Amino acid sequence: MDLVELSRMQFAYTAMIHFLFVPLTIGLVFILAIMESVYVMTGKQIYQDMTKFWGKLFGINFALGVTTGLAMEFQFGTNWSYYSHYVGDIFGAPLAIEALMAFFLESTLVGLFFFGWDRLSKTKHLAVTWLMALGTNLSALWILVANGWMQFPIGSEFNVETMRMELTNFAQVVLSPVAQVKFVHTVSAGYVTAAVFVLGISSWYLLKGRDIAFARRSFAIAAVFGFASSLSVIILGDESGYELGDVQKVKLAAIEAEWHTEPAPAAFTLVGLPNQKEGRTDYAIKIPAVMGLIATRSLDKEVIGLSELQEQHRQRMLDGREAASLMQQIRAGDKSVATQERFKAIEKDLGYGLLLSAYAEDPMNPSAEELQAAVDASIPKVWPLFWSFRIMVAAGFSMLLLFGFAVWHSMRRTEHKPRWLLRFALFSIPLPWIASEMGWFVAEYGRQPWAIGEILPTELAVSQLTEGDVLLTLGSIVVLYSIFVAIEMWLMFRYARKGPSSLQTGRYDLETAQVKEA
Amino acid sequence: MDYEALRFIWWVLIGVLLIGFVVTDGFDMGVAALLKVIGRNNDERRVMINTVAPHWDGNQVWLITAAGALFAAWPTVYAAAFSGFYLAMMLTLFALFLRPIAFEYRSKIDNQTWRDRWDWALTVGSTVPAIIIGVAFGNLLQGVPFHFDDLLRLYYTGSFWGLLNPFALLVGVFSLLMFVNHGAAYLQLKTDGELLQRAERMSQLLGLVAATLFALAGVWLWFGIDGFQVTGGLDTQAASRVTVKTVEQIPHGWFVNYQRWPLAWLLPVVTIAGFVGCSVLSKLRRHALAFVASGLAIAGTIVTFGLSMFPFIMPSSTTPNHSLTLWDATASELTLFIMLVVALVFVPLILGYTAWSYYVMRGRLNVQHIHDNSNSLY
Repeated sequence: MDLVELSRMQFAYTAMIHFLFVPLTIGLVFILAIMESVYVMTGKQIYQDMTKFWGKLFGINFALGVTTGLAMEFQFGTNWSYYSHYVGDIFGAPLAIEALMAFFLESTLVGLFFFGWDRLSKTKHLAVTWLMALGTNLSALWILVANGWMQFPIGSEFNVETMRMELTNFAQVVLSPVAQVKFVHTVSAGYVTAAVFVLGISSWYLLKGRDIAFARRSFAIAAVFGFASSLSVIILGDESGYELGDVQKVKLAAIEAEWHTEPAPAAFTLVGLPNQKEGRTDYAIKIPAVMGLIATRSLDKEVIGLSELQEQHRQRMLDGREAASLMQQIRAGDKSVATQERFKAIEKDLGYGLLLSAYAEDPMNPSAEELQAAVDASIPKVWPLFWSFRIMVAAGFSMLLLFGFAVWHSMRRTEHKPRWLLRFALFSIPLPWIASEMGWFVAEYGRQPWAIGEILPTELAVSQLTEGDVLLTLGSIVVLYSIFVAIEMWLMFRYARKGPSSLQTGRYDLETAQVKEA
Repeated sequence: MDYEALRFIWWVLIGVLLIGFVVTDGFDMGVAALLKVIGRNNDERRVMINTVAPHWDGNQVWLITAAGALFAAWPTVYAAAFSGFYLAMMLTLFALFLRPIAFEYRSKIDNQTWRDRWDWALTVGSTVPAIIIGVAFGNLLQGVPFHFDDLLRLYYTGSFWGLLNPFALLVGVFSLLMFVNHGAAYLQLKTDGELLQRAERMSQLLGLVAATLFALAGVWLWFGIDGFQVTGGLDTQAASRVTVKTVEQIPHGWFVNYQRWPLAWLLPVVTIAGFVGCSVLSKLRRHALAFVASGLAIAGTIVTFGLSMFPFIMPSSTTPNHSLTLWDATASELTLFIMLVVALVFVPLILGYTAWSYYVMRGRLNVQHIHDNSNSLY
């Protein structure tokens, strides 16, 4: 494996592990705030116990979120130093704002959430919890603004003098439609994650017949919260499909294995086996017109196919190599107006020129094979995207179904919920994590070969480290994270099994059972 | 406001963030580093851990913010320092990994072995970063072997072991003692009984040792290390072109600013007075003042260092002309301006709610308090 692959592996691994903990934090903090609000409004002790118990699980999860988040803040500089130089002027700002506006708030108040129960009045503590939830969600906003810009870089331009991208319009970066859609889709996914988590564990207590009052109330809150959130994830996910059709045509075509532009409205391939070599999908089962509807919201607009996109890329590479050469001339001191104007005209293809230079020995005169290799590499591999997207969607609809039943049975307020529903909820616990990981995979793998869409190729973005160094750190991270995750899961299971009895209030089943035995 | 002013303000702000990090996270790292030294049993260690329990997480954000601000305001510095010091940075990161988990999980299982292991994790997680941060700064003073190619890709030509030279190790040890002393000073505010006495004795000793090492590093810097000076081609208002100026290495180069502004000598004097003062005030049992003195010494250390290197941030020992300075390694004017507005709005807010959180959690802790709240505390 070469340096670029190792660096990508390290980033992918750390990001994916980080995102095991983030969505639960984002969602559970809101469920805690809701539970505590009910406590403050009704004054019923059980709601405070709920806040504290689910808060304990929140804390176990939160610690690893913080730990794995540290790696994210360091890694752009350590492993992607050219990236950091090239786009830090734009990309760094939302990260710094995230820390100042959101992470400080969240991290300062999380201490008061856990240790302030006896020192704050009921309403003050509730305010702390809500502000912590606000901090967590604002944090997601800024991270997704940064990520949205990687996908769809706007509000910025290339500066030949400084040899990097520079900010021109901050509002465009923040209000980027890609960033906004991503933000709501991602936080809603977090809410769903937490809702399934609470619903599943509560169902387990109900199946065991333990702490019924506690579990039923938790179940109801999670059901309603989860139902609303899963609807929102799906609707906003569809919205991101529409955005993709607009600004990330390659990713959309790859997700859908749309090899060639079809006559409008395009059919949606439900399942099939993408065959990249031949440029077709074997054994495809198609639903007519659906894809055209999702991607263009119309019946008469085309969804452009991969081979047509690649032909565009070929032309952009040829312009891009000229842009790269003009850039060198300008940097070497050529101040002629003609050079400047020509460069301005084809500057948008500079990224393609940089991409081509990774495949051609002499980028100014690439051989036919070299150009073809670069064109082939200008789209990501299709089958991983095709399948991970479908797994994500299937998981999403399955959870919507779960919450539909859960809300229905909570509203009916029957004595016993059906056992099949409780089991369904319990065994659904892994689903939101599968969906989140698949979703991020689609977003980031689908961006390849770019680190910054059509601007900076991933291969160029890495730090010039030795392969040995990166292998060493990747290996160490895998070992450390495996140990951490194992400990986290063990504690999580242990505390979930104990349930509210772990609060040692003497009010819950495991403790009262002990008292009875004694 | 012009580009030059913005650049200067960001140099100050990065300094403020660094001071914020060491003054806040420094004491919880110091407390964790002292866990095995002055905490004799599980109860005492729990007292120590719980003095920082509600605050370590917020404190740590100063470090994260410093990294984020570096990324936004000095992207080239962020790129060069983090990738140049690659293995050292990763080692720091691995150590930092241990802290959130150890703080949160230690109390979750009531078992001596379990808790001992986490005590070690806290010790390692807090001492290693304190040392490496010092080592990194020690290397900045000597220049770092790196250069750029014509695409401005950065090549670091040194090795990890090269970072561990005698001067850098001296600064590393000094840095550790500064953190630990600050932790001891904090424990003076937050504990009582025997633990308090041990913390006082710790500060009495460490304050003096830190003052000595600080002075020693200064003497070494004067006699043994050539500083860097810009000799031309640096336009403080121009776009950030990091490779067009000329730079020379000259003996006593890091003292030029002190010769230019003699009043600046007050900075190292205040620093030494802060360390010595912390020691004396600990002896006199003036706990609050001892903590303030320690904080002052930290701020003094960082400002002394920054002013000595001004306008350099990361000099290159192999290609001095490629050194990074606060004039030519910054973000664009627009980004610096936007980030300044954000900082002016949020830093006061942060200081406000942070102060409130300390106020809410005020008071000294002792073993009795731990026993009374055993299930809800760390």
